[in-house]
Amino acid sequence: MTRTHLSVAAALLLLALPFAPVPDFWITQLNYIGLFSLVVLGLVLLTGVGGLTSFGQAAFAGIGAYSTAYLSTTMGLSPWLGLGAGLAITLLLALVIGLLTLRMSGHYLPLATICWCLALYYLVGNLEALGKYDGLLGLPAVQLGDFSFQSERRIYWLIWLAALLAALGVTRLLDSRPGRIMRALNTNRGGGATMPEAMGASTFRYKLTMFVIAALLASVSGWLYAHMQRSVNPSPFGIKFGIEYLFMAVLGGIATVGGAFTGAALVKLAEDQLKVWLPLVFGGSGNYEIIVFGVVLVLVLRFAPDGLWPLISRWLPAKGQRAVDESAPALSARQHPGRGAPLLDVRAVRKEFGGLVAVNDISFTIRAGDIVGLIGPNGAGKSTTFNLVSGVLPLTSGEVELLGQRVDGRSSREIARAGLSRTFQHVKLVPDMTVLENVALGTYLRTKTGTVRAMLGLNAAEEAQARAEAMRQLRRIGLESQAHELAGNLALGPQRLVEIARALASDPSLLLLDEPAAGLRHKEKEALAEVLRQLKAEGLSLLLVEHDMDFVMKLTDRIVVMEFGRWLMEGTPAEVQASPAVRAAYLGADE
Amino acid sequence: MDFTIAAILGLDGLTNGAIYALVALALVLVFSVTRIIFIPQGEFVAFGALTLASLQMGKLPGTVWLLLLMAVAAAVLDGVQGLRERRPLSRIALSLVRTLALPAALAALTPLLLRWQAPLWLQVLATLSIVTAMGPLLYRLAYRALSAASVLTLLIVSVGVHFALTGLGLVFFGAEGYRTPAFWEARFDVGPLSLTGQTLIIFGASVVLLLAMFFFFERTLTGKALKATSVNRTGARLMGISGDAAGSLSFTMAAFIGALSGLLISPSTTIYYDTGFLIGLKGFVAAVFGGLASFPMALAGAVGVGLIESFGSFWASAFKEVIVFTVILPVLLWRSFVDPHHEEH
Repeated sequence: MTRTHLSVAAALLLLALPFAPVPDFWITQLNYIGLFSLVVLGLVLLTGVGGLTSFGQAAFAGIGAYSTAYLSTTMGLSPWLGLGAGLAITLLLALVIGLLTLRMSGHYLPLATICWCLALYYLVGNLEALGKYDGLLGLPAVQLGDFSFQSERRIYWLIWLAALLAALGVTRLLDSRPGRIMRALNTNRGGGATMPEAMGASTFRYKLTMFVIAALLASVSGWLYAHMQRSVNPSPFGIKFGIEYLFMAVLGGIATVGGAFTGAALVKLAEDQLKVWLPLVFGGSGNYEIIVFGVVLVLVLRFAPDGLWPLISRWLPAKGQRAVDESAPALSARQHPGRGAPLLDVRAVRKEFGGLVAVNDISFTIRAGDIVGLIGPNGAGKSTTFNLVSGVLPLTSGEVELLGQRVDGRSSREIARAGLSRTFQHVKLVPDMTVLENVALGTYLRTKTGTVRAMLGLNAAEEAQARAEAMRQLRRIGLESQAHELAGNLALGPQRLVEIARALASDPSLLLLDEPAAGLRHKEKEALAEVLRQLKAEGLSLLLVEHDMDFVMKLTDRIVVMEFGRWLMEGTPAEVQASPAVRAAYLGADE
Repeated sequence: MDFTIAAILGLDGLTNGAIYALVALALVLVFSVTRIIFIPQGEFVAFGALTLASLQMGKLPGTVWLLLLMAVAAAVLDGVQGLRERRPLSRIALSLVRTLALPAALAALTPLLLRWQAPLWLQVLATLSIVTAMGPLLYRLAYRALSAASVLTLLIVSVGVHFALTGLGLVFFGAEGYRTPAFWEARFDVGPLSLTGQTLIIFGASVVLLLAMFFFFERTLTGKALKATSVNRTGARLMGISGDAAGSLSFTMAAFIGALSGLLISPSTTIYYDTGFLIGLKGFVAAVFGGLASFPMALAGAVGVGLIESFGSFWASAFKEVIVFTVILPVLLWRSFVDPHHEEH
């Protein structure tokens, strides 16, 4: 039995539960757990996967609840219209908050969500039309045709259907083209924006997407809650619940779908017990359970940052690896320039950091099929030049032309689209994705599946193509046997090769390698050289930044030498080796 | 609105703004040294006010028990860590004494204060000592082991600490709100305005603290060490500056500033066990104005928040909080133009 079978069985069991003679008390408990899980699933995506966080999810639930409450009581409209209105308002608000905060450092989003959660709470609590702090009463039950979800036992289906569908959607999303980018963004797990941008993805758009999805899930939860309670008031949508949702996510396992359900269930059950026992200990009444939650939250982050789900999933059958169907049709390929055609023309690029001229009017050209090395001693400005060409750094002046198209001043995303792909000196793989998934990330620009399509599972054909392409590239570099290994488990040498495979998966016209041999052992260097020789034989154009002379000499057709940001010479390896100026630059001898 | 009302509201806003400035000051200090977004700063404010209120009523403040609790927990952690690292027993004992001595002394002295019916200034001193002593203990218990964690993790820890402290505040002080006596009952009429002595003390204390901070960071070696840590933690460590000591010191200062803010504000505002959260968050809105990094900008932000709050409560008193917390959106918009980049740490 695989994990998938088990999940389906569990889902069916949950949906069949109301037919069994389960006491109403447990149905109610499960309703709450389902409602919480919906919200927490959004946080799993946002916080666990994306490395962003929000304390305002309770407020989005409040939007969902109050929209339907107002429309279905005061206006007498159908709850389904209320659902649509709630989602629309949530979407709008999430877009505004996201647009304002997501371009800045990660801590502005949580601060903004705390503030807006408080603002909304006080707003709702003071608006006459929304019943102030008493809220609105007498909401109708949700109707579907003649069937009325009027009892807790009936709305249970609606709640759990929503929760399970959301879980399915999030699971599918994470295992898709947009999901791979989302999983690469988490700065808490060594991710960030540079690599996905270099693969052609707008990271801002994906952050915004994750935030919006999380908000919409919370809104649906609020709608369900309102029609389960048949009344709303501001208190369940305040900041206390906003924080509790995050607590559930952290406790259950912040990056996993299973963790969302685990966390929601544990917190709900524990909260009920604590509400009984703590007042007996402390006397009086009040929210004493927050003491326990607070302390446990700190302890979990300290001692079990992955939450409790890993302890449970250890006993479940391993996740099945989807086979790669290599007969899938190939992804569309780029029209590459013929051998010898002009490919990259770098004209007098310059970079100044304050008064320091890191790159001083460097020019060189690459023709299709060339293997060019950019060398120089430490601090010569090689990597800065590399970053100017690939669009990671803005240039001070100069021009870069790629395939006849001016790309200077463009973002690395646009340059990737123009046909350039790159690797990183400090390897940027997503450690908890498999090697195959990491390479498939490189197909981003050759595939089209968007977030909604991925969540609905309509991307199977394209996904098979992307995986087949990834497998082909892995075979090209000789790592196909490790395709299903987690990338984080590989040694540095193979990781560098995986980066090359990922870059190749984008079908580039020019491949830029940033110090590919740095930190490699002798054997690993040999394997890398072998792969590069083979790529050269296949006619690929390469620009290699490297300071291992030996490595560069054996591979390249031409070499550009830099020193102190200046162009020193250009020539064949033999010419460079014979040049006294180069020797002086490297060894510091007098000329 | 005529000039008189505007002047009264303006004074009111400035007074509250001065308090938010103190809170924002502590938040910027803690964030720049430790990268911790210190949500529980407001709890120090509430604890300061409630501790003095208890002393005034002749009751032993709950914060004394809380302080002892924290000290014992910290001592246990220190002891376990010492044993695990096989340090000599004498060193372990010394560290335990160092952790426990001050809290124990404060716990022993406070009942004496009550018995002697000590004057207000002694009660204030006791209050400041009790709350300030919690600062380093809190750093030790919740944050020290995670000092290398991401800003996000530290923020979630902060929220956990806020939960725990608020709950404990409820346990130790109950749900009722309290006010404390003003330090100075005098009244001065300046045109239409009536300045109270407490208002003058608030302004005075804020200015003195701001100047003291400036002096501390620019002129003292310890201050420069903290500044160095805030710029580059690893670099500072290589220069022999302990990141843990810097964190501990910044928390001590934050706790002191918090307690003082509480004493300043509580004669005019009733303080409940959970009031601190809102005060702290208003300090955050102010601090965000300066990108959580600039003291002068945070000060300007605090005055802005205070004024918006007082004028907001005049025009739409029910929506005072809504207005104040919505203000963060335009502030963020403005910030996003000022520093849009750096997302990768």
